[in-house]
Amino acid sequence: MGFKSYCFKKSLWLFHFGGASCNNCDIEILDCLTPRYDLERFGMLLVGSIRHADVLLVNGSINKKDKPRLLEIYEQAPKPVLVVAIGACGCTGGIFAEGNTFAGPVDKIIPVDVYIPGCPPKPEAILAGIVKLLGKN
Amino acid sequence: MSKQTLIPVGPYHPLQEEPELFKLYCDGEIVKDVKWETGYNHRGIEKLAEKKSYDEVFFLVERICGICSTSHPFAFANSVEEIVGVEITNRAKYIRTIIGELERIHSHLLWVGLAGHFLGYNTVFMWAWKYREPVLDLFEMITGNRNSYAMFKVGGVRRDIENQKIPAIEGVLSLVKKKTDLLVGAIMDDPVIHARTKGVGVLTRQDILDFAAVGPTARASGVDIDVRRDDPYAAYPLVNWKVITAEAGDVFAKAEVRLLEMYESISIIEQCLSGLKKEKEGDVDVKVKHIPEGYGTGRTEAPRGEVFHFVVSDGSNSPARHKIRAPSYTNIATFKKSCVGQSISDATISLAAVDPCYCCTERLAVAIDRQSGHRIMNAKEIISHSASITDKLLQHE
Repeated sequence: MGFKSYCFKKSLWLFHFGGASCNNCDIEILDCLTPRYDLERFGMLLVGSIRHADVLLVNGSINKKDKPRLLEIYEQAPKPVLVVAIGACGCTGGIFAEGNTFAGPVDKIIPVDVYIPGCPPKPEAILAGIVKLLGKN
Repeated sequence: MSKQTLIPVGPYHPLQEEPELFKLYCDGEIVKDVKWETGYNHRGIEKLAEKKSYDEVFFLVERICGICSTSHPFAFANSVEEIVGVEITNRAKYIRTIIGELERIHSHLLWVGLAGHFLGYNTVFMWAWKYREPVLDLFEMITGNRNSYAMFKVGGVRRDIENQKIPAIEGVLSLVKKKTDLLVGAIMDDPVIHARTKGVGVLTRQDILDFAAVGPTARASGVDIDVRRDDPYAAYPLVNWKVITAEAGDVFAKAEVRLLEMYESISIIEQCLSGLKKEKEGDVDVKVKHIPEGYGTGRTEAPRGEVFHFVVSDGSNSPARHKIRAPSYTNIATFKKSCVGQSISDATISLAAVDPCYCCTERLAVAIDRQSGHRIMNAKEIISHSASITDKLLQHE
C-alpha cells in the first residue's frame, strides 16, 4: 500500500468549491448529505475549510473571478488532495463555455482525478463517483 | 465613531452553497453595516442568449438558476409568445402551471431546510430535504430529470403528462401534504424557532416599497403582490387559489408565508390535474414556424418573486436582445435594513430569510480594463449604454 492509498483509505473529508454554476450541482451535493443518500455512512463529511479536506469538489464553469481563487484554494489544500469535477460545467464548461467570462474548464486550471458528468448529476452518480475515488488509489 | 470589526463571510463558506462574500461591519456583537460582493457566479447569460436559437435559449435560461429552473423558461416563453401572438392550448397551460407549482413546493421545502440549517437546527434541514425527495422523484417521472426540466418551448410544452400518470402525481401530493402538516406543526409550535425568528430581520411595509422587494419577502410584510394574480398567465386564471400574506415582516412571517403557500400550490396542482383529465391527450403544442420582428415582455412569479424577461426579435432565428431581471436582485438590497442592528448570530438567518439566489442576481456592474486597471464604465454608464443599444434596435423596426 502506497502512501497515497494509505491517506485515502478511510473517511474522506470533502470541501465544496462552487464556481460560476447554476446552483443545481451545489444543491445535489448538499442532497447527498440528507437522509435518503446519507454520504456520512461512508465516513465522508463536508468540512468548512480546505485545510481539513482530502477531496476538493469543484462544480460549475470557472469564470475569471473564480480562477485565482480556485488556484489559491488548491495551493492551500494539504497534499495529496483529490479533485472531483462535478457536472457538465465542471467537466467541460457546458453551456457556458462560450460565455465572455469563462476562464477554462476545471482541468485546465488544476489536475482533476474524477469527472462526474450530468446536468446536474444525480446524487447517486456523485456518490458513485466519490466512492470510485477510494478504489482508484 | 467607535471601532468597527470587519467579519467576512464567504465567498466559499460552508454555510452557503453559492459563492458570495458578505462583509459584516460589527461593533461588538451588533452588525452596524453590511456589504456584499458578488461576481463569482457571472456567466454572461444575456449575451450568450443572443448567440443561440430560440429553442436553445430555453436550455440556457433554465440554467440561470437551478432551483427556480422553470420560472426563467416560463417568463421567456411568455415574452416570445407575446411577440408571436400565439395562444397555447389549455392542456399546455395546465402542464406549465403544474411544473411551476411543483417547483414552488420543492423550492420552499429547500428554503425551510436551509433556514433550519442557518439557525443551527439541523433536524429541520434533514427532514425538509427528506420530504423534498418525493417531489424530485415526481419531476423525474414527468420530465426525465430531477432539476432542469426542459419542458418549455415556444407554443407549448415538450412532453405531455399522460392521464395514466395522474394517480401517481396525486399520491405524491397527498404524501407531501401530510409531511407539510408535520413541518408546519413542528415549526409553528417550536418555542426555540419562535425565539430565534420572531422580531428578527424585520422589514416594514415602507422598507419593502423603498427597496421594491417582491415575492414572499414582500408578502410577509403585508404588501399584497403576486404576478400570478396581478398579471395572470398560463392556467392561473382557470383555478381558484388565494395569495398568502402576513403582517409582521420578520423571519417567522416569511417562513409562515412560504409554508402556507405550499398548501396553495398543492391545491392549484390538484385543480390542474382535474382540468387535464378534461382536455385531449397529446394536445400540448402549437406549431410556431417564424418569430416576427418586435418585442415582448414576460412576467412570472418564481418561488422568490417576480421574474421579468424582455426579448427583442429582429425576425432572425435568435433573440437580438434579451434582458432578465430576477427577484433576488431587489430582495438582496433589503439586507441593508434587515441585518443592520441585529446581532451577528441573527444576521445569518436575516440574510437567508429572503431566500437569496446569487446565480440569478449576477450582472455586469463595472467594466475595468484588464491591462491598466482603469474603470472604463461604471454601473450607470453600462445601463445607459445598454439602453441606447436596445433603443436603436426598437427604432430600427
